[in-house]
Amino acid sequence: MAPAIEVRELRKSYRGQEAVSGVDLTVEPGEVFALLGPNGAGKTTTVEILEGHRDRTSGDVSVLGHDPAEGGPDLRRRIGIVLQETGVERFLTVAEVLEEFAGYYPRPLAVDHVLDLVGLEEKRNSRVGRLSGGQQRRLDVGIGLIGNPELLFLDEPTTGFDPSARRGAWEMVKGLTDLGTTVFLTTHYMEEAQQLADRVAIIVGGRIVAEGTPATLGGRQLRDTSVSFAHIVLPDHLANRFTADGDRWVTSSSDPTELLHELTAWAIGAGVTLDGLEVTRPDLEDVYLELTSEGS
Amino acid sequence: MNDGLRLAVRQVRYENKAFWRNPASAFFTFFFPLLFLFVLTTLLKNDTSTLPTGQEVNNATYFTASILPFGVITACYTNLAMSVTFLRDQGVLKRVRGTPLPPWSYLLGRIIHAVAIMLVLVVIMLTFSHLAYDVPVPGRSAPAFLITLAVGAFAFCAMGLAATAAIPNADAAPAVVNATVMPLLFLSGVFVPIDDGPAWIRTVAGIFPVRPLLKSVTESLIPPTGNPTGWYFGGLAVVALWGVGAVLVASRWFRWESRR
Repeated sequence: MAPAIEVRELRKSYRGQEAVSGVDLTVEPGEVFALLGPNGAGKTTTVEILEGHRDRTSGDVSVLGHDPAEGGPDLRRRIGIVLQETGVERFLTVAEVLEEFAGYYPRPLAVDHVLDLVGLEEKRNSRVGRLSGGQQRRLDVGIGLIGNPELLFLDEPTTGFDPSARRGAWEMVKGLTDLGTTVFLTTHYMEEAQQLADRVAIIVGGRIVAEGTPATLGGRQLRDTSVSFAHIVLPDHLANRFTADGDRWVTSSSDPTELLHELTAWAIGAGVTLDGLEVTRPDLEDVYLELTSEGS
Repeated sequence: MNDGLRLAVRQVRYENKAFWRNPASAFFTFFFPLLFLFVLTTLLKNDTSTLPTGQEVNNATYFTASILPFGVITACYTNLAMSVTFLRDQGVLKRVRGTPLPPWSYLLGRIIHAVAIMLVLVVIMLTFSHLAYDVPVPGRSAPAFLITLAVGAFAFCAMGLAATAAIPNADAAPAVVNATVMPLLFLSGVFVPIDDGPAWIRTVAGIFPVRPLLKSVTESLIPPTGNPTGWYFGGLAVVALWGVGAVLVASRWFRWESRR
């Protein structure tokens, strides 16, 4: 099956300043793809080029087999767009807005179905201007979905949400993937990418600096595991393998199994407790911070 | 093409709902001209004024002829310039551009709605003036009257869309719209008759589109004895030229997104 999105050597300059500097991306049908990066990294520029809202300076872009700069209504019938900023007639009700937009598409979803998907059933007769910020965002997603798109663009869908609203939005997006919709998501929340995406690309300064699944991103599965615990007196054979860091013993190892066995066997035999024992792999946040600071 | 037309007509229904639920747009576009007509005719009905055609008429007739163009201007120019700028700032225009709805059908839907509002306004005004003050309704001059309204609607809708290109953001919209309209309304004799005043005012006003529209409306509403069909082609030509210029400006500079 052809990729849903294919981008080669994409570049975009504004008045001589390059905002996107040679981006390559491939998004397969049915996957949730996250473009993750700090503010100003080129995420919105990239997604708006894919949506057809912006012209590119150079490069090849294919979205569902169309060039979005020329796709016109044929392409727009098959995609859904959730922009960063909301914009709806404030004086219409939620259901009226969804009906209005449903009329633009050849095979829309039922308004009630979309209300259910985005959790706005109880607000169907409320005017848009009276919705809370989170509810307006849900309506945005609803408008993006009403045309039953094969591909949905979500540009920073949860920016400005409180943590519980964010979790609610994540549940909603996870529900969409059951419909078989391909999702292209931009976010600056690492946790959001981790929760939602099958694949993540990190963009910094207009370039992709890493790409992979949340588990393998930045070679995370290859990184050493660190082991640490509160300082106690260790026998020599163990003390050699740790270094003292403040009031803790720390070390890192590519295969900590044998080390942990030795350590815990000694502790149990000696009747010693290992206070504050931690075994951690670098989380995605560490990888993200490392990559974004290298790239900028 | 046909699909785009069908969608434009469908769009009118939603524009209409949103229009009447917005107290500011309903008041300023719709009730404001009626209020002016009512107040001016009631206050000044015992005097007479000179029409641009030179006829001496009672003030109820004068102000019916002068507030009608004001209705055309608020329904078309003011209404479109304000609402489209606001919707552009809100991101509504950008969102519409991301759907299969052709951009021209969206704008056409708004224009059809503006013209419909204008027609309803004209009918109410004429009915009121006819019943209350015996102001005549156009008979033999009806074709000229309707074509004048059509040319005025075309030109002032186009100018409304062109004006959005010059309006930086929605906060500035009322200021820009009023600054462009209010002086012309006074200079053109909409609120105050100018036909007994200095000639230079009429000369200056004649360059801009409001005065020629007012003269064309007057001529076709109360045709002088020498021109029973009520055509005033000179005025229509000036209005139409402004309309064509506005179409050129709008097609070159109309923006679907607010500037950041």
